[in-house]
Amino acid sequence: MVAHLVRLKVQLLFNSLRRSTWQLVGVIIGGLYGLGVMTGVVAGLVALSFADVELARTVVVLGGSALFLGWMVIPLVAGGVDMTLDPARFVTFAVPMNKLLAGMMLAGLVGVPGFITLLAALATVGTWWQRPVSLVAALVCAVIAVFTCIVLSRLVTSATTSLASSRRFKDVSGIIAFIPLILLGPIMGTVATGLENAQSFLPELAAALSWTPLGAVWSVPADLALGSYGSAALKFLIAAATLALLAWLWKLALASALVTPAHSAVTRKQAGDLGFFARFPANPTGAVAARALTYWIRDPRYGASLIMVPVLPVLLLFIGDGLGALNYLGPITAVLLAWSISADVSYDNTAFWTHLTTGVSGWADRAGRVLACLVFALPVSLLFVVVPLWINADWALLPPILGLTVGALFTGLGLSSVISARYTYAVPPPGESPFKTPPGSGARTVVVQLVGWLVMAALIIPELVLALIAILGDRELFGWLTLACGLVLGVALLLLGVRLGGKWYDKRAPELLLAVTRNQ
Amino acid sequence: MTQDPFAPRTDDVPEPGLYPGVPADADREAARPAAANAPGALSIRGLAKRFGEKIAVNGINLDVPAGSFYGLVGPNGAGKTTSLSMATGLLRPDYGQVLIHDVDVWGQPLEAKKLMGILPDGVRLFDRLSGEQLVTYAGLLRGMDRNTVASRVADLLQALDLTNDAGTLVVDYSAGMTKKIALASALIHAPKLLVLDEPFESVDPISAANIRDILHSYVGSGGTVIVSSHVMDLVQRMCDHVAVIAGGNVLAAGTVDEVRGDSSLEDRFVELVGGRNQTEGLEWLRTS
Repeated sequence: MVAHLVRLKVQLLFNSLRRSTWQLVGVIIGGLYGLGVMTGVVAGLVALSFADVELARTVVVLGGSALFLGWMVIPLVAGGVDMTLDPARFVTFAVPMNKLLAGMMLAGLVGVPGFITLLAALATVGTWWQRPVSLVAALVCAVIAVFTCIVLSRLVTSATTSLASSRRFKDVSGIIAFIPLILLGPIMGTVATGLENAQSFLPELAAALSWTPLGAVWSVPADLALGSYGSAALKFLIAAATLALLAWLWKLALASALVTPAHSAVTRKQAGDLGFFARFPANPTGAVAARALTYWIRDPRYGASLIMVPVLPVLLLFIGDGLGALNYLGPITAVLLAWSISADVSYDNTAFWTHLTTGVSGWADRAGRVLACLVFALPVSLLFVVVPLWINADWALLPPILGLTVGALFTGLGLSSVISARYTYAVPPPGESPFKTPPGSGARTVVVQLVGWLVMAALIIPELVLALIAILGDRELFGWLTLACGLVLGVALLLLGVRLGGKWYDKRAPELLLAVTRNQ
Repeated sequence: MTQDPFAPRTDDVPEPGLYPGVPADADREAARPAAANAPGALSIRGLAKRFGEKIAVNGINLDVPAGSFYGLVGPNGAGKTTSLSMATGLLRPDYGQVLIHDVDVWGQPLEAKKLMGILPDGVRLFDRLSGEQLVTYAGLLRGMDRNTVASRVADLLQALDLTNDAGTLVVDYSAGMTKKIALASALIHAPKLLVLDEPFESVDPISAANIRDILHSYVGSGGTVIVSSHVMDLVQRMCDHVAVIAGGNVLAAGTVDEVRGDSSLEDRFVELVGGRNQTEGLEWLRTS
């Protein structure tokens, strides 16, 4: 039975790869990247064997604790990362509980995260290769640590199943999880500078953590190496007890999950609230705009793009030195927001058939989506131009920056209208977490996006050049020229993009539907 | 003007052997005339589609008379959904022609789409809209004015017993309710032809009866309904015409009485499609 579960997991993994060449390419690239990171981690851990034991302990305990935390938190925010072996699917089979537990535990190792964790944990053995006693202990502890990781994530997933099956929770947690992800760079930067200032503090933190379930298991080999056998034994007990306790709790959670089908209550609502449909003009373009805007607010996949708006200024503050970088907030926001509708048809998924069967014209489809995006992108971009200039009192920059922003926004929307009418790629399906990109869909996405960005850059060259001359050369005339160019060229390219995209759409709408059907 | 590369090829014949069901040149005209003098609600001529090596639809011909309640039956994977997708303008055929009330679906798609309402199977809806918003959306996309849309939406929600859930997001609907709201979206523009792919799947019996009533009165007032299903009993009771499709070919078509002859539709279907096992074996299953 245990072997069956593991084989099932392996088969599921392979089958998911067999679906398309692009996916395979993506997985290979992702795998190579992961392998590179892994090589670094393993080399680092082995290199620690030449360092001071105290240092080795601090690093291993801190890293190991972070690993535990990751396994605990990621399933929560990513909406149950890996539900291929969802306990709910085993409800109808009479699998003995102990075998189910063991099978699911081992199957958790199959897959990229499990494999990487296993490798990293085993690499700690390399840290102690010069001390035989610690080496043996490290091997035992690595195995305990890996299983603790898996049981921990399974327990968190099982315990929050009812919470996670609520659509609202999934929607909100999916979006909120994006904030730390986007801010990862600045956060790590801050932490790094903080660490430089607090180097004396770190060993103390590690020492404290080593007495908690998070760090105990990682600390045992180091304690042995230092000769403190008593504390090593105690910490080993803590680690073993933690695993036992977690496994027992998991068993309880699983047992109750197997007899309680997941269900979520839905509140019924009467008719009467048409939302944006009552506010936009009653024609096909207005209807598409109302629908798209509704999705911007209700669909977490769009929400993930929207969350960029408040996060971007923070990001710029960290990257640039001082408030000066904020001057360029407007153009950057404009580019990102305009680009965000470039995968619109992919996001529609097969619901796109509604557009096809109602015979909505390509022009109306394209224009509606652009309109929905403009409704918030234009005010936000303008605000992001004016406020930083006001803070920095750089009013001389207003014409060129404004011209660049308007030009980028309109040009980008025009380009997106063309791209989404022609190229589709696999995006998270409706209702899924924005994190859940279909495995290995990356390669095609990257190609389309890269070419798109290059074309985008080429199209706004006039505004860029004029703005550069105006800002660097300090020529007021060129600033006004940038503004004029941004307005005229931008609007022209927007209209052209909507027209061309609409024309392609009219010709190829059934092929688009077929493409999004295949992307699923 | 250069030829539109996306237009289906109707005038030339596929290479011999590519679609065994498509008659060779000489036989083609002979196979055609039946429909030419009696324009039906839907007529399909030599419709063919292949996906890679697999022939999904093998050059089928089908005539659906106006005002008929037409059932399309066939085993899973018979090509029902593919045929209906091509007939309704969702999937471009490799070969063949589809006319809806004499309008060419692939030649004049906009005119053809005004005449029909469709309920496809196995596709998503814009389910982050409320039920009311979704039906309104379908109406507005078709260029109808706001007041007409509003009054028809209210009527449809009432008729399909969805008024109390009209403000709920479609994503939170049950499977049956989702089918019903999709049906409402298909009816909003008062089409002359209604094409429903598996409309009764996972719909509760009371809702199914309500839907049947709506469809019957629709047919009574001159509309045409095509439903695909694999519930033979339902088709026999509900439809006046039926076509049996299997392996991408139409095996039989006509009025229900013509097709079933003396036996029940289910027996006739099994006879046509084959693949029935004699109920032997599984001796160990006998409990006494």
